[in-house]
Amino acid sequence: MSLWKKHEIFEKKSFVLLVGIVIVIAIGGLVEIVPLFYLKSTIEKVEGMRPYTPLELAGRNVYVREGCYLCHSQMIRPMRDEIERYGHFSLAAESMYDHPFQWGSKRTGPDLARVGGKYSDEWHLDHLIDPRSVVPESIMPGYPFLSEAKVEDREISAHLEANAVAGVPYSQEQIDNARLDLRAQADPEGNDVDAFLERYPNAIVRDFDGNPGEVTEMDALIAYLQMMGTLVDFSIYDDKANLR
Amino acid sequence: MAQAKAKYLTLEEGFFAAFLLVLAFACVIIAGKTYDQVMAFHTSIGALFAASGAFIIFKNYFDDGGVDIPQEVGGKPNYNLGPIKFGAWAAVFWGVAGFTVGLIIALQLAYPVLNFDLPWTNFGRLRPLHTSAVIFAFGGNVLLASSFYVVQRTCRARMPGRIAPWFVILGYNAFIVIAGTGYLLGATQSKEYAEPEWYADLWLTIVWVVYLLVFMGTLWKRKEPHIYVANWFYLAFIVTIAMLHIVNNLTIPVSVFGTKSYILWSGVQDAMVQWWYGHNAVGFFLTAGFLAIMYYFIPKRADRPVYSYRLSIVHFWALIFLYIWAGPHHLHYTALPQWASTLGATFSIMLWMPSWGGMINGLMTLSGAWDKLRTDPVLRMMVVSVAFYGMSTFEGPLMSLRSVNSLSHYTDWTIGHVHSGALGWVGYISFGALYCLIPWLWKKRQVYSLKLVNWHFWISTIGIVLYICAMWVSGIMQGLMWRAYDRLGFLEYSFIETVEAMHPFYVIRAMGGALFVIGSLIMAYNLYMTVRYGEAEEAETASGEALAPAE
Repeated sequence: MSLWKKHEIFEKKSFVLLVGIVIVIAIGGLVEIVPLFYLKSTIEKVEGMRPYTPLELAGRNVYVREGCYLCHSQMIRPMRDEIERYGHFSLAAESMYDHPFQWGSKRTGPDLARVGGKYSDEWHLDHLIDPRSVVPESIMPGYPFLSEAKVEDREISAHLEANAVAGVPYSQEQIDNARLDLRAQADPEGNDVDAFLERYPNAIVRDFDGNPGEVTEMDALIAYLQMMGTLVDFSIYDDKANLR
Repeated sequence: MAQAKAKYLTLEEGFFAAFLLVLAFACVIIAGKTYDQVMAFHTSIGALFAASGAFIIFKNYFDDGGVDIPQEVGGKPNYNLGPIKFGAWAAVFWGVAGFTVGLIIALQLAYPVLNFDLPWTNFGRLRPLHTSAVIFAFGGNVLLASSFYVVQRTCRARMPGRIAPWFVILGYNAFIVIAGTGYLLGATQSKEYAEPEWYADLWLTIVWVVYLLVFMGTLWKRKEPHIYVANWFYLAFIVTIAMLHIVNNLTIPVSVFGTKSYILWSGVQDAMVQWWYGHNAVGFFLTAGFLAIMYYFIPKRADRPVYSYRLSIVHFWALIFLYIWAGPHHLHYTALPQWASTLGATFSIMLWMPSWGGMINGLMTLSGAWDKLRTDPVLRMMVVSVAFYGMSTFEGPLMSLRSVNSLSHYTDWTIGHVHSGALGWVGYISFGALYCLIPWLWKKRQVYSLKLVNWHFWISTIGIVLYICAMWVSGIMQGLMWRAYDRLGFLEYSFIETVEAMHPFYVIRAMGGALFVIGSLIMAYNLYMTVRYGEAEEAETASGEALAPAE
């Protein structure tokens, strides 16, 4: 019996065809995806990484909602020009708390993986309201509406909790105080700042959008942008420890 | 064949009616309790759709008294064409809409003032609207409509169920409405080509399972001993998309009363899962599904058998086995381990063979009928589509190489590559299928005007050429500018200088897009006139259409 004759079983039995297809398409994904949950280089722990503060998380959600990832990558490749332009190449660990990842696939605008601390809050504010006021040739849309929108924080604890279910190590204390922490981070004069900083050491506490009255989506987004890529201290990072 | 009025709803009708009623009720409760406005809006739409669905089921039952639909009329299978007609027109509508949104965002990149600085008109929200509208709304409806047509014809059997096929096509379009309005209002999970939030994903999963059941059910009912090649590809498309959709969208909703959810995967693992999904959305949605269209519509239109049956067997199994590996080539030089991205590139190179196997099989089907290219613009469109398929499946493996990818990644070259496949291959094979399908469905001899098909073909071909050439130049130029050094060893260009240099090409690209939109409008007019005024075909047999439900 020739091979072609044997193939007839797939052509005559629809269920056999279905099972055949399932087996054939399952292999590639299994081989490529499963090891990533075990390999050292993909689950490395790097000093300095911490979960997002509630305000940063809210800012990240604005980033996701507005589709920033469609024009800005967050993944610096290990090439001379990229390292000189953007900074140290991105580590796997730097996106370990990103649900979902925001590496992006297109650079209509520059990479943002290490944009934190490169510009002032005022620059970000002006740039987000009207990009061409600070970069005349920019083709980025303006986001003036973020200054007017108050951050929706009623359910922020539930947001932290959902992240915790997905594996982000938020403590029960962090989850319980999420709403308080969200406001404390944008209110340097407030009474809750010390408690906040105890829960999130090294977080930046500032009135990001220059409007002390309320916590806006602009506050949240700038808080997120200003911490991006700043958590790992590369002067003490051992780049041989997790060779990829 | 029982013509007597059935006493009760059939099990199927009862099941769908109960399901839709429960769904409508759940939607109303959520709409009432949520303070998330997008959720309130979507659950209101959901309640409206679900309740209308249940209403139609009951109305039909009381109108026609639940009379059985004959499986055969006059010795010929009584094909169920209603859902196909709906899908074909939905495809035309979403196609024109999706291309137009594409034109708008192309213009936004050239003239940023067109973002209007409003939430629902900025590029970041319109871009997913464009990609989903063309891939899932336009492409998806073409696939649903053509697969229902092809599977019935090649099995010589009516699709099973009287509600299920309608549930699939209407449910799928309801998903599109929920997804599209969600993007504009800011509900997105930010996974490219999988942006809809958790509730839309769940709904699509239900629709898709019913789709698989209807498709398999038709195969089980078939009168032909062999399952036709096109159906292998449709089946692979349906099954694989189900697997990809579920794994990539595993997510943890913040609450049932809100739109927001957090993807289960994070970082590297999420990136890998996403591009395993993303590349196989190309491989199985935009390739396997449309290859099925090629395998039915080209032989049919050219009136020739498929060139080589053995080639189709080899290239079918090779294609579906190899494609699934190719995803990580999207992640070269990232934090993904190098072995994984190299493996992806290796399989991408191997993929060249089955891809071109398919192309050869499609093109060579015309042997002995090449003269038809001069006289039949519909066939020409489909053949050019296969040529574009060959071109972009040549370019793809090239771009998956590490050295090429280091230049091309993050630039417009990728956008150009995608569009040579999307406009050239997927677009043209879909247009060709619609130009065939609509006259067949409405029993017309031919499309209203072949001359207009010709105009459509040439205008949009010029559009595609402008588009991809502009993107090649801008992509390669920007990639080179990013890595250019001056004599003193400093980076030669600031980032914004590379953005400025893109402007003329963005204008040319928008012009190409405009031509493509004009072409699609010509098609819409031509197809409308076909249905309205087309010359009727000599009736083969009395059709059983009048008995089909909810038409």
